Amino acid sequence: MAGSSMNMVFDDIQGLARYAHGKLSATSFLLLDVADATAARAWLLSAPVTTAVPVSPLPETALQVAFTAAGLRALDVDDAIIEGFSDEFIVGIAADQSRSRRLGDTEGSAPGNWAWGGQAGDVPHLLLMLYAIPGKLDHWQTTVQGTDFEQAFRLRQELPTHSLGAIEPFGFVDGISQPDIDWEHKQTTNLHERDRYANLLVPGEVLLGYPNEYGRYTERPLIDPVDDPRASILPAAEDDPGVRDFGRNGSYLVLRQLHQEVPKFWQFVDREAGSDALERDRLASLMVGRQRDGTPLIPSSGDPVSNRFTFEHDPDGHQCPVGAHIRRSNPRNGDFPPGVTGLVSRLIRILGFGRNHPREDLVASTRFHRILRRGRTYGSLLTPEDAVKPGAPEEDRGLQFICLVANISRQFEFVQNAWSMNTKFAGVHDESDPLLGDRKPLVDGSATDGFAIPREEGPVHCLHGLPRFVTVRGGAYFFMPGIQALHYIAGQESVQRGAEA
Amino acid sequence: MILAAVEEGRLEPLDAVLKTMNRAAGMADPANSLVPFDQFDRLHVARFVILEANTGSDIKAYGVTPFRWPATLVFLGDCDGSADSFLAELVVRSGAGLRQIFSHCEGAPLDQDDLLDWLKQHNKKPAANYINWIGRTVVQVREEVALQKALSAHLRKLVDEIGAEDTRALRQRLLSYLEFEKQNGRITLTPAPRTPPGWYIRNLLHKFGVPLLLLVISPALLLAAPFLALRLRMLERSDPEIAPRPDRKSVYALAELEDHDITNQFSAFGDIKPGLFRRCAVLFFLWLLDYAARHIYKRGYLTRVQTIHFARWVILDDRRRLFFASNYDGSLEAYMDDFINKVGWGLNLVFSNGVGYPLTRWLIKDGAGREQEFKYYLRRHQLPTQVWYKAYPGKTAFELGRNSRIRYGVENRPDNDREIREWLGLL
Repeated sequence: MAGSSMNMVFDDIQGLARYAHGKLSATSFLLLDVADATAARAWLLSAPVTTAVPVSPLPETALQVAFTAAGLRALDVDDAIIEGFSDEFIVGIAADQSRSRRLGDTEGSAPGNWAWGGQAGDVPHLLLMLYAIPGKLDHWQTTVQGTDFEQAFRLRQELPTHSLGAIEPFGFVDGISQPDIDWEHKQTTNLHERDRYANLLVPGEVLLGYPNEYGRYTERPLIDPVDDPRASILPAAEDDPGVRDFGRNGSYLVLRQLHQEVPKFWQFVDREAGSDALERDRLASLMVGRQRDGTPLIPSSGDPVSNRFTFEHDPDGHQCPVGAHIRRSNPRNGDFPPGVTGLVSRLIRILGFGRNHPREDLVASTRFHRILRRGRTYGSLLTPEDAVKPGAPEEDRGLQFICLVANISRQFEFVQNAWSMNTKFAGVHDESDPLLGDRKPLVDGSATDGFAIPREEGPVHCLHGLPRFVTVRGGAYFFMPGIQALHYIAGQESVQRGAEA
Repeated sequence: MILAAVEEGRLEPLDAVLKTMNRAAGMADPANSLVPFDQFDRLHVARFVILEANTGSDIKAYGVTPFRWPATLVFLGDCDGSADSFLAELVVRSGAGLRQIFSHCEGAPLDQDDLLDWLKQHNKKPAANYINWIGRTVVQVREEVALQKALSAHLRKLVDEIGAEDTRALRQRLLSYLEFEKQNGRITLTPAPRTPPGWYIRNLLHKFGVPLLLLVISPALLLAAPFLALRLRMLERSDPEIAPRPDRKSVYALAELEDHDITNQFSAFGDIKPGLFRRCAVLFFLWLLDYAARHIYKRGYLTRVQTIHFARWVILDDRRRLFFASNYDGSLEAYMDDFINKVGWGLNLVFSNGVGYPLTRWLIKDGAGREQEFKYYLRRHQLPTQVWYKAYPGKTAFELGRNSRIRYGVENRPDNDREIREWLGLL
């Protein structure tokens, strides 16, 4: 099995990396601190963490667990191991102003204003995610926590969650665009064979310990079992079988609590639409890039119908505005602009010639910047029809945004910075994501609160004065370990493992 | 590019003086009292950076004792017109400030009268130079920004009045409005300055001279190719890769200076691999790069990359070291993405001759494609740019090109409907 990625060990992978637990609509996300490291490790060792092994009939409950760097430290994981993780994970999402600036976490969204995770040195240790079918959550919580839970952990906060079905708080069907993880290795990462966009993504872009889209192993903690015999319970590193791979089958998990001002959004769109309900829906769908039911603005064919399309034939954004939310979050382009068919055309493109459109080739190849989303909504449902009414209640509503990645800076941070917040994305003129944008003026004072809707007739239809609709209320970078790494964290001895086997 | 060694023990006071030129971290005050950049209406970008050989001891991996490199102050900028006349203007407008800054350097002139000569003596020509759009002046950039703003705003008004359908009427009214604005002096479109005939002829000679020279030496190159290839592969197999994760503190210090404007500066400095082969290789490829930048990539893109405003490569210290400086749009992560995914082969050609560069095969393969090592290598060789100025903050290279297309449409008035629609779509 050494050197082979074919043998995906699903029983060592936490289920969330493979399944969204969509049927388990009742959730409880707990931010915990370690109160007593010994008790916490004992609890973790016996915790019924859900794996990625398919179960039939479908399970009624699930449990996943992830740790911040502070959490690993609190559980006495060796510093040398933690240093093997990426800098972003070690430093954290909020501790560095430069990172906040890049992510657009400024002003109202600045970490200093967060409800949790924003103060340096005050990052939660653990994220415990409980899932259940409706009505079963309380029982599941009691079962999971058992007797020693309160001794082991301090509950910092339970993050609100509330299922709205398939839609997110603004009222759009969400979660359609997801990469298909290529568990069976159907597709090569070879740069010479990947000119076009594909929705298949290698497991190494989500899990550590496998080749990523560059065909290389992302950095993660490796342990020499000679120095640390306990590490022999961990899987061997594929690229260096002499050492053990603490990261294998684990993922970075980015969690951000995004507060969505639903009345503000719909009232803005309503005003722009002159209170015409059809026009209101049309404008909102142009901002998102999909209609409310999820139908993309680009004609799509294939299965699923809502996710099989690219923007290749709409370079000007006449069908879907270039700056639309879904176009920024997933530009669906390949390593080369369209039109590379053979060696010669490829060479011409490599040298920078043969561009068909002034805006061509401005956006980075998508496959290196995918994220696997696992978020859940919170707050009560407010339909657009109700949201436009004067005095519609501005309550706590939004998204517990969660994504799984293998490289935080190249995936999550890149998407957030170079695509969502970028005021020049793909050549747009001084505007950021119509939903997520921070609307911060440029250094020369230019406003960035517009949204351009290109029109076939020529002149762009421009919306102005978009307020900030989404504010960050909290966030942290976690590591969701593989099951054996979890047992290692939990202090399991190698002999014990041997006895089990 | 002016460079001068900093006197022993004067680094900290120099750093303090340079800091006074900034309005905020990473952003020069255009009106600072030492070198008031905004008074030079032909200066695009400029920077002061202190070159320190942070990675100087990497060369020990070859059994070579590192050469001494004193901390060196560098001043460079990209300007319209001749460099000599710019230096003269610089001395007139900011002589006192420059003397104060360079007083921390060895042999700095005390007297205003000696300054110009001293600067010229300390001027170092780049081995290669890239300009996003050759011939586009600062004046032109600013006039075209104003043009775009005025036309865009007026188009919105017109669409509100007469709708978006009648594109010919829209354009006609825009052009009339523009005439009116021009007559009232609110918009100026200065015709491009005439290219000096001397420059034109020299450029033409260079344009055809270099390929001719290559043609002449090509038989020799062809004969030598198998031996060069063999030597290359030997070196590529034995050259050490030195790309550890850079120190978190220094990355933090670099990041603090970034992402304030949409454009960022990049300064990097490192050793060239020892031996004749690598030295010749870097000189040869930079020579080709300089040629390509001057004659081929002069209209908005350097191979596939469209985000670089200016870049230069300077060989220093008796051909032992290379300094690279660029001005690019977007974050460093995006810049590195471009490097790796769009022009990795080009980076490899030049930078694989640098000590510790991620392993390459056949000069162009791997290298930058070794993503993580490459990113570490880049960050580790990057130096903080103490003072950085850009004449048109908030504007990307792509936008400057778009503005020029807007102007082209004004001056050439295309007559077919599709082109008119496209032109209106630019606004």
